[in-house]
Amino acid sequence: MKVVVCVKQVPDTKGGVKFKPDGTLDRVAMLTIMNPDDKAGLEAALRLKDQYGAEVTVVTMGLPKAEEVLREAMAMGADNGILVTDRVLGGADTWATSQTIAGALRNLEYDLIITGRQAIDGDTAQVGPQISEHLGLPVISYAQDIKIEGDSVIVQRQYDDRYHIVKAKMPCLVTALAELNEPRYMTPGGIFDAYKKDITVWGRKDLKDVLDSNLGLKGSPTQIAKASDKVRKGAGEKVVLDATESVDYIVGKLTEKHVL
Amino acid sequence: MNFTLSKEHEMARTLFREFAEKEVKPLAQEVDETEQFPRETVAKMAKTGFLGIPVPKEYGGQGCDPLAYAMCVEELSKVCGTTGVIVSAHTSLCCDPIQTYGTEEQKQKYLVPLAKGEKLGAFGLTEPGAGTDAQGQQTKAVLDGDEWVLNGTKIFITNGKEADVYVVIAVTGTVEKRGRLQKEISAFIVEKGTPGFTFGTKEKKMGIRGSATYELIFTDCRIPKENLLGKKGEGFKIAMHTLDGGRIGIAAQALGIAEGALERTIEYVKERKQFGRAIGQFQNTQFQLADMATKVQAAQMMVYRAAVAKATQKDYGFEAAMAKLYAAEVAMEVTTKAVQLHGGYGYIREYDVERMMRDAKITEIYEGTSEVQRMVISANLLK
Repeated sequence: MKVVVCVKQVPDTKGGVKFKPDGTLDRVAMLTIMNPDDKAGLEAALRLKDQYGAEVTVVTMGLPKAEEVLREAMAMGADNGILVTDRVLGGADTWATSQTIAGALRNLEYDLIITGRQAIDGDTAQVGPQISEHLGLPVISYAQDIKIEGDSVIVQRQYDDRYHIVKAKMPCLVTALAELNEPRYMTPGGIFDAYKKDITVWGRKDLKDVLDSNLGLKGSPTQIAKASDKVRKGAGEKVVLDATESVDYIVGKLTEKHVL
Repeated sequence: MNFTLSKEHEMARTLFREFAEKEVKPLAQEVDETEQFPRETVAKMAKTGFLGIPVPKEYGGQGCDPLAYAMCVEELSKVCGTTGVIVSAHTSLCCDPIQTYGTEEQKQKYLVPLAKGEKLGAFGLTEPGAGTDAQGQQTKAVLDGDEWVLNGTKIFITNGKEADVYVVIAVTGTVEKRGRLQKEISAFIVEKGTPGFTFGTKEKKMGIRGSATYELIFTDCRIPKENLLGKKGEGFKIAMHTLDGGRIGIAAQALGIAEGALERTIEYVKERKQFGRAIGQFQNTQFQLADMATKVQAAQMMVYRAAVAKATQKDYGFEAAMAKLYAAEVAMEVTTKAVQLHGGYGYIREYDVERMMRDAKITEIYEGTSEVQRMVISANLLK
C-alpha cells in the first residue's frame, strides 16, 4: 500500500505574523511549522504504515526552506520526501497550487492521498478537493477517522453535530482534520536519519500534464488585494449587575445592534 | 571553529523543547510538591526515544551523539530539574558503563531494553562512608561458586526503587599497589527483584524532589557470575569513566535550570511594575540580567564543548569537570538572582524560580562536588 501525504510549511502564528511592503506574507521572516491538519494527515498515514506496512511519501510545494517540513515528516517516520520548488511556481493561489501538486502526483504510484483539510495561513480548504478533481479521484473531506477495509477506505466525515461514514474505493483522496489524532513526536534518531536521506527536488519540468497557464502567479485567478494581521479587539465593556439587570442589559444591547 | 549547531541538532532541540513544554512543564510544580516520581512522563520519554539518545541503534538506542543527549537533558531541565536528572542518571550512569564495558551478552540483555526505555537504570557508588572518597567502599562482593554474593549499603541513589537495572560498585578483595594493600574494586549489574536486594528509606530532599533517591541494601544478594561488569578489579576505573560522562549530563541539567530561571525572570521583569515602571526598565535589573545571560551562555559553550569532546576525544574528564563546575555554579548564582529579581514572589512556591533555586543546589554536589571538580581540573593542570 502506498500513501502520499501533502503537507505545507506555514507560519507559526504564535511567533507573530510579518508582512512584506506589498502586503503579502513575509514567509522567510516568520517561524514556521508543519500545518496542523497536514500533520494529523501524516500521523494517519504513519498509523497505516504501522498497521499495514504502508509506504509513506510526503510531498510539499514551497520555497527551498520548505525542505524542513519534509525532514520533520521523515523524522516522524515517513519514508520519502519530495519538494516541489521553482521560481515559476511562486505566487500560486489554490488553483495553481493544486495544479502543481497534481502534476507532481501524476509521477507517483499511490493508493491513498491524504491532505490536511486547510492550512492555517490561507484557510481555504480548497487545495485537497481540487487535487482530487485534477486527478479524477473520489474525495472524502473532513476526515475525523480513517480505516482501511480491503481495497476501500472508510472515513468518518465530520459535521457540526454529527458524522457520516463514507466508504470509497482506492485510489482516492482524503482531507484530514487536526482532530483526527494526536500526531506522534519525532524521535532523536529519526531526526538524525532524516538528514542522512536524500530528498527528491522537482521543478516545473518534472510536473506531468500541466499547462504553464495554470501555474504560478500567472496561473492564479485569485488576486489578493491586501493581507493584514488580526485586528485586536478592544478590552470590551465590563458591567457588574445582578441576574435580572444583566438579562435586561444584554437584551438592550442586542436590540441596539439589531441582533434581536 | 564553528559555533553553529547542525540542522539535526537544531531540529532535535525543537523536539526536546516541544516535548518539555507540552509534557513536562505542566507537571513540574506538582512533581515537586508531591515528591512523586513522574512515571507517566518517563513512559512518554521512553516512547519518544529519550532514554537511549547516545546509544547505538544496534543496541536499541537512537544512535545520536552526546551533544544531542546533553541538549535533551538541558531542555527538560529548563522546565523540570527532576525530569532532567532521571534521564541523565539512566543514560550516563547506567547505559554508558554497560555500553562501554559490557560483554555482548550483557549489552543484549541489559543495554537494549534500557536504551529502548523498556527498563530504567541507576548507578550505585556512594555509601555512607564513601562519598567524595570513592575508595572508601565497604560493600563487598565475594565469589561463591557461580555467583557473586553482595553485602552492603549504597545511599543517595538516583532512580532508586524505580529503576530495574543497577550498576553497583563493590569491593572484591585487596591488591598490592606500590607496596601497599589497597581495596580491589569491581562493578556489577544487579537487577531489581534479585533476592537479598532491597530498598531502604526514600530521602526527603531540598530540590529535585520528584526524583526517587533511595538507599540500596544488599544482604547476601546472589547474582550470576556473568554479571561482573568489565574485569575484576576494574571497578574504580569504570566508576571514574562513568562519572566523567555523568558530569556532562549534570552540567546540562544545571545549564537547563539556569536557562529556565533566566527565561522566567525576563518574562517577570517585563510585567512587574514598581514606581510606575516595569522593573525591567531599572538599570539594576538590566545589569543583573546581562550578567546572568552572559554566564548562561558561557556555561552552554562549555557544556556543548564537553559533550563534543566525549564524542571526539579519548579522554574528556577535564572538559567534563570544567563544564560541570562552571554550569553548576552558574545555575546556583542565576537562580539566586532570579529569586531576588522576583522579590517576595520569588520566595513563593507558586513561582517556578523558587523551585529552580532549590533544584540548582544539588548540581554543585552530586556526581562530584564542585570541590572534586576542582581537584580533577587541577590534577590535569599539574600532571
